Amino acid sequence: MSITAFLTDSTLCIGCKACEVACKEWNQIPHDGFDWKGFSYDNTGGLGHSTWRHVKFVEGGAVPGIGGNSPESFSWGFSSDVCKHCENAGCLEACPTGAIVRTEFGGVFIQPDVCNGCAYCVVSCPFGVVERNPEEGRAFKCTFCYDRQKEGLKPACATACPTESIKFGEIEDLRETAQQRMNKLQNEGFTDLYLYDPRDSSVGGIHAFFIVRGDPRAYNLPPAPEVPTTYLRKGWLSAGVAAGLMLAGTLLAFSKGRNGSR
Amino acid sequence: MLKDLLLRWPLVRQIMTGADGTGAESMSDRTRNLRSRIHGTEVTRSVCPYCAVGCGQLVHHKNGKLVSIEGDPASPISRGHLCPKGAASYELLTHSNRLTKIRYRRPRSSHWEDLDLETAMDMVADRVWTSREKSFVEQQDGQSLMQTKTIAHLGGATLDNEENYLIKKLFTGGLGMVCVSNQARI
Amino acid sequence: MPGLGTSFGRGGATTAPNDLSNSDAILIMGSSMAENHPVGFQWVMEARKKGAKILHVDPRFTRTSAMADIWAPLRAGSDIVLLGGLIHYILENEKDFREYVVNYTNASIILREDFRDTEDLDGVFSGWNAEKKSYETDSWAYEGAPLKEDAAQHGASGGHAQDRGGEKLEDSVYRQDRTLQHPRCVYQILKKHFSRYTTEMVEKVCGVTPDVFRKIAEAFCSASGPEKTGAICYAVGWTQHSDGVQIIRSAAILQLLLGNMGRPGGGILALRGHASIQGSTDIPTLFDILPGYLPMPIFGADSKTLASYIKKHSPDAGWWANFDKYIVSFLKSYYGEAATKENDYGFNWLPRVTGDHSHQGYWAEMDDGKIDGLFVMGQNPAVGAPNSRMERKALAKLKWLVVRDMVEIETASFWLDSPEIERGELSPETIDTEVFLFPAAGYAEKEGCFTNTQRLNQFHEKAVDPPGDARSETWFMYHLGRRLKERARKDPCSKNAGFNALTWDYKVEGPLGEPKAEEVLQEINGWTIADHKLVSGFRDLKADGSTACGCWIYSGIFTKEGENLARKREPRDFYGHGWGFAWPADRRILYNRASARPDGTPWSERKKLVWWDDTQKKWTGNDVPDFTATKAPSYRPAQGAKGDDALGGDKPFIMHPEGMGRLYVPSGLKDGPMPTHYEPLESPERNLMYPQRQTNPPSNFMNRPDNLYANSPDPRFPYVLSTYRLTEHHTAGGMSRYVSHLAELQPELFCEISPELAAELRIEHGSFVTVTTPRGIIQARAMVTHRVTPIQLDGKTVHQVGLPYHWGYKGLVKGDAVNDLVALSEEPNVRIMETKALLCNVVPGKRGKGSTALAELEQGMKHVDEKDGTPA
Repeated sequence: MSITAFLTDSTLCIGCKACEVACKEWNQIPHDGFDWKGFSYDNTGGLGHSTWRHVKFVEGGAVPGIGGNSPESFSWGFSSDVCKHCENAGCLEACPTGAIVRTEFGGVFIQPDVCNGCAYCVVSCPFGVVERNPEEGRAFKCTFCYDRQKEGLKPACATACPTESIKFGEIEDLRETAQQRMNKLQNEGFTDLYLYDPRDSSVGGIHAFFIVRGDPRAYNLPPAPEVPTTYLRKGWLSAGVAAGLMLAGTLLAFSKGRNGSR
Repeated sequence: MLKDLLLRWPLVRQIMTGADGTGAESMSDRTRNLRSRIHGTEVTRSVCPYCAVGCGQLVHHKNGKLVSIEGDPASPISRGHLCPKGAASYELLTHSNRLTKIRYRRPRSSHWEDLDLETAMDMVADRVWTSREKSFVEQQDGQSLMQTKTIAHLGGATLDNEENYLIKKLFTGGLGMVCVSNQARI
Repeated sequence: MPGLGTSFGRGGATTAPNDLSNSDAILIMGSSMAENHPVGFQWVMEARKKGAKILHVDPRFTRTSAMADIWAPLRAGSDIVLLGGLIHYILENEKDFREYVVNYTNASIILREDFRDTEDLDGVFSGWNAEKKSYETDSWAYEGAPLKEDAAQHGASGGHAQDRGGEKLEDSVYRQDRTLQHPRCVYQILKKHFSRYTTEMVEKVCGVTPDVFRKIAEAFCSASGPEKTGAICYAVGWTQHSDGVQIIRSAAILQLLLGNMGRPGGGILALRGHASIQGSTDIPTLFDILPGYLPMPIFGADSKTLASYIKKHSPDAGWWANFDKYIVSFLKSYYGEAATKENDYGFNWLPRVTGDHSHQGYWAEMDDGKIDGLFVMGQNPAVGAPNSRMERKALAKLKWLVVRDMVEIETASFWLDSPEIERGELSPETIDTEVFLFPAAGYAEKEGCFTNTQRLNQFHEKAVDPPGDARSETWFMYHLGRRLKERARKDPCSKNAGFNALTWDYKVEGPLGEPKAEEVLQEINGWTIADHKLVSGFRDLKADGSTACGCWIYSGIFTKEGENLARKREPRDFYGHGWGFAWPADRRILYNRASARPDGTPWSERKKLVWWDDTQKKWTGNDVPDFTATKAPSYRPAQGAKGDDALGGDKPFIMHPEGMGRLYVPSGLKDGPMPTHYEPLESPERNLMYPQRQTNPPSNFMNRPDNLYANSPDPRFPYVLSTYRLTEHHTAGGMSRYVSHLAELQPELFCEISPELAAELRIEHGSFVTVTTPRGIIQARAMVTHRVTPIQLDGKTVHQVGLPYHWGYKGLVKGDAVNDLVALSEEPNVRIMETKALLCNVVPGKRGKGSTALAELEQGMKHVDEKDGTPA
């Protein structure tokens, strides 16, 4: 079984939010409330337990004569955020019940019938993707349309996307596609492109990579995402040292005491 | 049999496969047997009801109920894609605010009442006929006029061609209504 | 669609979205295609991938501008100046595709001596009658063309019948100068007409600077010639103006001069907004036309007898010469056996048009208490129609109202929860209107066909039954008609003769008693009466009563064997033949004869589409030829030839009697043979082009007490307002504000304001603002953004603001109806309202509620009225 991935090329994104809706319709996720947030055209806010695809709008300033597709300025950027299905997934490593598993397609899947709502996964995700539903208790995130992939179908968001900004396919093919696209755009004079696929960090690379213009942090993509378990060794070490010191200190304290007064 | 029972315990599966507990060995029955919602449904070919691009849609249904609506990959226009509105077609047809009964308001009333379909149809036919009888003009200055101006119609660019055909045929060709309009202009 | 119809011959988009992928440049103007036709927009992205330049001209920087190479911010309402500037650029620099222009357009045709241009008469053409507020168009005719009295110029007529280019004159008679030097040839007249649409004028009137304008001109006009083509996409940003038809005419002139019509990657894509909007004019629920763009008979103008009606509307040359076959077959499908030669096939049973029976026209009558009852099916005028406040108040004057929809739309509950009730202007106890709200079936709960923006008919099948008492319109109309026919049968007097003759015996099936949509579609297709066999196309129709056909342009949607082509889903080529049925005769790119040279060979290998095969002696290629298949390029008509035989083998625009694309339209339009810049009905500027003529002379302000206008300019309403749509919602909101997954994406009405204006008025992003016009008052969230910029017009700074119009007082998400701000007005040809360029005032803060709101509204209107709310 080949490992699948998403390539989200935001230079092709028209900010239509078909991905948000297709995902919700397929997974029968309810709406998030009708609050106007006014983050440009984004009223969803971010990924959460009831939003698994989220389109971010980054306003850059419009210049007469210059369209958004020109190298000079991107003016208004859109990018569809999603769970990264990390190679080393913080949520998966933190889950104490085995609810979170790696599927045969390489995606990270939360089994809703096993999840006990402890929310350890929530604090372990370096991207802030997973969220617990406060009303009914369990944690939810993008399933990578595991049910669809098992039947040879593309995820709902990739199926809907009108301009194929969301591409779905075999991970190495998509990495190749991403690089070719970067090369093509750079040849056309674009100098502010960023291919986001942090293989050097402890997440070890992600299965949903992005091409964005400008600073990736504006699109909720941290430059150096880390899996919390990367601090485990350091953590155990510190704990060990602390324990050792505490033991030494205790022994010292008690040894003085046994000798009675001096 | 005991082996089957034991294998249902993820820990046993993990030990037996030498895995680390993050893969298939930790999958519940539900996960292992997961099927897409459209598995085993019937498919009907349709066209998105929103804008005029006319994206192809596949309407999945089973036992008389809608299950899911997605794009039709075979369409040379849309290639299987849908915009957010087209992607929301399932909810458009199944949300809880859809009307299922006739609502009726009496003159000067401040609330709705229910009405059954056949009665409502009879009442509407009465009103149309009464108005037409009062206002129909057959001739003017010796020339054919055959017109009534006191009943009007509005709609619709969201209706089927067959429906618009029947509306114009009955209202204009039959009853002589000339006040007929819809959203279309240019 | 008279803009396209009078220019080319048919009122419909000339190309298909996927053909845009063949373009070398795409100009999107009067449209935000990426937002309102996202899936269609994928084809623009394909073109972009291949190196095409994408140009977007729009008052705001939208999601479309974000995908374009060049964005030009335009002052709303000045489109003709920009397009005229492009025409001027082409003519002055001789960048027109000369061989195409000489052979395929009427550039060489000579006009009459008594024709006067707007340059001669300070802003009007010859024939302007100020009293009647209309033109007498005799002097516009081609020199030498014999004239007929033009029924289409009658005050009561509508413009949709002009999709055929008018019947004023025998346009097949004309004189030409193919060197284009004659001072009265169309080419020279065009040059003179646009001589002052210079780069400087574009800057002064549109606010587009010379360097940006030049970028656009170079990018678009270089995509021309044998090897390159460019396409234009437009939507209601062009049509909803008091000179909307002429804006489209400007685009038509551009495309003819650049030689882009009928060629792959060329053409004009009219982007329309409803699932079957093309269908709703083809098989119209409109007052001025019958199916297939046959004109409704007008009392006293053309309808004394069938013969006089036919004579008035048939030219001698071109496909419209078969007019008699279309009308007779149509009458046979309505009146069946009772329609005979003796009674003119029931022609006198059709009602006559006696005035303005359009939406605007009869709504004004409704407001005056003259309408008893109204049916509203799949439309929501309480939110979606211009001057929606007036619309709602007029509904209260009806005796009865029947609304059919899937949800309880605002139109149905105007007596319960409208702003008029909230403000205390009206109360339920004083509203006599009896209201019936019928639940409607959704599209997947019935079968039938839609005709989309590219004239493609697609049949959708029924998946499930509608819930409860919800029924389709087919069901409703059939059973209503059945009941009414019962009454007519009992009273067989002469006034019921037509109704009794009307054929209405459709078979019903199933527990719901639903008629079969395909039976109706077969009637639309047509059959020979004797054996009830389906005809295979409009060529089979006869004028002797032996054929019946509900809509001649759809004829051929069934094959002779009975296969419903609209149902087919087997695409076999790029243009999708085998998937649905495009009228006419499944031609996907209209006027495609023009994709070949006069001698029948393609203009180039790269841009070949159809061409003449000299071995097989027929036209062939990648599309169905929009031409008689066996007519050789060298064919020249004999003297006295008629109909299609009167057109030579080098004449691609086969619907026109002269067979050419019309740069200049000699008849058929009420406001001029060529586009002219006039200011919108409310404007921040005086008309710099023609100071004597502020607005489009024949446009209708519809002056009424509730329909007041600002002055132009007006210090009380200093900002230009444009209304528009968002991707996330759909029209008046009935199909999106009740759908939670859409409602949450755009939950509140907002007003887009530039940071400069926001600073001036001390408005913060996210706070509330109140927007007023002389018609209404609404509140919205302030969306302060750089994507809206102030414009410099003739040395003066003008601010523009934008409002999406999707909200109403019902639904999961609610808001004020923006159409309360818009005036009820009529463009002269199609009677469309002006929503794209108004004047408004913006103040920080929410509007009042209840009786305070009423006081604010009345104060505003009194204020305007006192200063004489009638326009200059």
